[in-house]
Amino acid sequence: MVASTSTVATLELLRWIPLIPLCACAINIFFGRALGHRTAGVLASAAVGVSLALALYVFWLLPATGIFHDLLYTWIESGSFRVNLSFQVDALTAIMLLVVTGIGFLIHIYSLGYMAHDDGKVRFFIYLNLFIFFMLLLVMGDNLLLLFVGWEGVGLCSYLLVGFWYHDAKNTIAGNKAFIVNRIGDLGFILGIFLLVTELGRQGIWTLDFAELPKHVSLLTPATITLITLLLFVGAVGKSAQIPLFVWLPDAMAGPTPVSALIHAATMVTAGVYMTARLHFLFAPAPYTLSIIAIIGAATAFFAATVAIAQNDIKKVLAYSTVSQLGYMFLAVGIGAFSAAIFHLFTHAFFKACLFLGSGSVIHALDGEQDMRKMGGLRSYLPKTYWTYVIATLAIAGVPLTAGFFSKDLILWQAFSHGSYALWLVGVVTAGLTAFYMFRQLFMVFHGSSRVEDHVKPHIHESPAVMTVPLIVLAIGSIFTGWLGAPEYLWGSLWDRWVQPVFGGAHGAEHGPVTTEILVTLVTVAIVAIGIYLAYARYARTGTRVVPAEAAAGLYRVLLNSYWIDEFYDRIAVRPFTRVSQWLAQIFDPLVIDGLVNGVAKVARGFSLIWREAQTGNVQHYLIGFLAATLALLIYYLRQL
Amino acid sequence: MDASLIPLLPGAQVLLTALVVMLLDLFIDEHERGLLAWISLLGLALCGAEAILLWGSSEGTFGDTLLLDNFALFFTQIFIAVAALTVLSSMRYVRETGIHEGEFYSLILFATTGMIVMAAANDLMVFFLGLETMSVAVYVLTGMWRSSARSSEAAMKYFLMGAFATGFLLYGIALIYGATGSTNLNQISAYLLEPQGQWPPYLFVGGLLLLVGFGFKVGAVPFHFWIPDVYEGAPTPVTGFMAVAVKAAAFAAWARILMHELSPLDSDWALPLRVLAIATMTIGNLLAISQPSVKRMLAYSSIAHAGYLLIGIVAGEEWGSTSLLFYLATYAPATFGAFAVITLLTEQDKPKEDYGHFAGLGFKRPFVAMAMSLFMLSLAGFPPLAGFTGKFHIFRSAIIAGHTDLAIIGVLNSLLSVIYYLRVIVMMYMNEGGVKGKSFIESPYLYTAVGLAAAATIYLGVLPMRTLEWSRSAFSSLF
Repeated sequence: MVASTSTVATLELLRWIPLIPLCACAINIFFGRALGHRTAGVLASAAVGVSLALALYVFWLLPATGIFHDLLYTWIESGSFRVNLSFQVDALTAIMLLVVTGIGFLIHIYSLGYMAHDDGKVRFFIYLNLFIFFMLLLVMGDNLLLLFVGWEGVGLCSYLLVGFWYHDAKNTIAGNKAFIVNRIGDLGFILGIFLLVTELGRQGIWTLDFAELPKHVSLLTPATITLITLLLFVGAVGKSAQIPLFVWLPDAMAGPTPVSALIHAATMVTAGVYMTARLHFLFAPAPYTLSIIAIIGAATAFFAATVAIAQNDIKKVLAYSTVSQLGYMFLAVGIGAFSAAIFHLFTHAFFKACLFLGSGSVIHALDGEQDMRKMGGLRSYLPKTYWTYVIATLAIAGVPLTAGFFSKDLILWQAFSHGSYALWLVGVVTAGLTAFYMFRQLFMVFHGSSRVEDHVKPHIHESPAVMTVPLIVLAIGSIFTGWLGAPEYLWGSLWDRWVQPVFGGAHGAEHGPVTTEILVTLVTVAIVAIGIYLAYARYARTGTRVVPAEAAAGLYRVLLNSYWIDEFYDRIAVRPFTRVSQWLAQIFDPLVIDGLVNGVAKVARGFSLIWREAQTGNVQHYLIGFLAATLALLIYYLRQL
Repeated sequence: MDASLIPLLPGAQVLLTALVVMLLDLFIDEHERGLLAWISLLGLALCGAEAILLWGSSEGTFGDTLLLDNFALFFTQIFIAVAALTVLSSMRYVRETGIHEGEFYSLILFATTGMIVMAAANDLMVFFLGLETMSVAVYVLTGMWRSSARSSEAAMKYFLMGAFATGFLLYGIALIYGATGSTNLNQISAYLLEPQGQWPPYLFVGGLLLLVGFGFKVGAVPFHFWIPDVYEGAPTPVTGFMAVAVKAAAFAAWARILMHELSPLDSDWALPLRVLAIATMTIGNLLAISQPSVKRMLAYSSIAHAGYLLIGIVAGEEWGSTSLLFYLATYAPATFGAFAVITLLTEQDKPKEDYGHFAGLGFKRPFVAMAMSLFMLSLAGFPPLAGFTGKFHIFRSAIIAGHTDLAIIGVLNSLLSVIYYLRVIVMMYMNEGGVKGKSFIESPYLYTAVGLAAAATIYLGVLPMRTLEWSRSAFSSLF
């Protein structure tokens, strides 16, 4: 339905958008040290800048319902099954391109300042460029397998960057956790792709191309589609940190702050949303899956927002807030409002990147301090950071006429007009919570009396221009990107006209009576206002009462420990698995006992013992095992006869 | 009888080189022995060139007991490539460890000759000849580091176990001969296709014993016990050679004999093979997780990969066989490369093989660490590296053949394997300490071997089509 209405044109330019960061990455791998820290960083940033310029150019060229396509070569071909290495850009990809290269470019620039004193700067930029490459592959690939390559690649880069400051063992563990939790999600994702390939293959269709797949969806039974989409969604749950696999994202904050901004807020974690939108033709005819997505999205949005209220680490608040905002996006996906989901993804990228980079600026100024209880009153020291932070906070809280207002309101209105009042209610309450915890953070960090530790105080300084300029650009985006998708009663949505054709016009903005729409918006605005007021009353006027974790009690403690989900997983999943592996190693393989524990000593006893060793030791065991297996096979055969 | 000797050419080339190396060894001075490595490489290169020129031929000799077809040539290329990499990565190692060079290189070449014969054998006896030529040479290679007790112990174990397995194999051949009246594969195949009442029951037993013998050689669970000990004890370049070339040779013979010529018996060993494949993947991966030594971990990893390869055997038919050949090609550079990196860590005849010894390698030798990361990621099946395209085809062949469950277990296993492959990367990039930088074996040839393996790992992942075509045409030449 989509392919038939759109025109496909070849544009060989496309390949350079991902390849240029890859080239810069390769140059830095081989010559990075020779070039020196500074040049390597500038080169990496410039490469993403060029990609951004190309992306803007492609965006400019792209007609409303057109698709640009660029085939490099056939990657894998077996029989009638062909997977090309080829890129495509339609309206959806074009938006993702702008987010990845645009935000990516700003964060590269910011990193020049933020990482200026870090020894591993070259390594940092190598990983960062590699990440951009894989992310671009993910959004530009014209088939599911390329998307998967990008999907795995960004996961790897994320892992390398989370563990970047490996001196602290905690960071390495966080990196591992991110990777392993993501593998659980990937398992679902791979199985989903598998099932799709198998089921279509059974009908004689071998393809994974986004252009081809929609034509064959009708061959699948509803049950199959439901199962496939559920499995694919498991992948999205892992990547986009939804319940129950969200646990890795707060820990992933161990990485350098620009990484949190780029990977764990603006781009990689949104890949799950992108994937569902890209495969909307599979998800749309799976109502059961959609309702599960909506419920998980809403539950995650609410749950993460409650946890965010109790956090004292400046980045942890933002991490849970990201989880919560991703929940909104999935809520939108779940009610079939793909366009609204991508719109929120787009605006969120700006204000969340701005918040993260702002928090980075604060952390930078305070010599690495992340505890909000040791901040306060920073407004006068960091004016530029403060003002950009205020704007981004307004945006995420959904204060009218900011970007977050428009995109969140669109989702809530879609939920309401879709008839999902429960989802809408959860969304509205979450909006209030969001306003509360974000303003709580703003007040704790920038207002009130200073609680900064004395030895840090003399060094507080505003960040250099290389860091504040990206902040200002993002702050501007945090306001105006939302204006693209204004409701009809204001000046109408440019966004819908641009993105809607990708989703085949299905589930377009559902227009109810304008008065209802305005009323619904006013309810949200009122709740947001209450949230802001409560935060103001509690945190702005006096200094914050510091609540140490061990003294905290009741609900607060539950929230602070994010409902002890981590501990729960450790009990039910991690420990039993470790035990099984150890048990197997001991039972199945006597070598582990003999060979490893005693082995070193035995070898030391020297050559003369070996013959005896071989006669009375392991080899006999091996031969018995060998013989037993052979006999088992023989018996099996004889019974067959 | 066809009198053409051309089908002998690749094998004879390597054999001749082995003899030259062995004889020359007697006449040259200690410090000139490096020359022997270059002669070996030259011989292997010539053989490689011949194999390329002969590509497309399909000719039998000695009464069709040896068959030079694309299938044989495909494997010959793998053997030669691995042998050449082994020689390259051993050039400094043998000096450090006091292994006698002339014998070392000639044994590598003898073993390679045996492998070439195995891949081309069209007769059970000729196959057995090739197998023993290879095996005896590798037994000796395993124990060549005479000052190392571990090496001698490994050789002894390998020999004892190998002799045991050989007995099974030979007895199986005898039973098949008794049942069919021939050892020639064409004639056995013709006998099996003849419509007749009943095959003698001991034909099945013969096939079973053959299966056990192959199971031992490729290291399938539960015939795998020897692998960790032997791989760990053997001199590291020899381990790489064993893990790749010896395994490939066994799979080559397995594919030709069991999958193709004895395929009428397929239905009888479908279930045991499935069980074998599942057990091999799962046990290999589970045990690899708890190993403290990287070398031992890689030994278990090679068991797990034998399990993935068994999926190709189970799937059979065109896709199964093609993907089996292709998987071997993708598995080779990553596995060999990983062992070559361990070779690099050998310090003054003291092996440094634990995870801890890899700590900080990313900062001390960034390129080696990067190559090692590529090898680990490729073995874990990470796109877009060789291991990914290999697994993609293996699993797809299983799906096409209706073994979706095997494919899913395979996917689960490869997710599991990430745990231990990743640990190496964590060690290299996220830890410090480990082996001191100056104590590595600094050999440009070893670096070349690592570099070539890394390049192949990327190449086979990003541009797999040509090799896949070769695998396919190698498979079709069986018909």
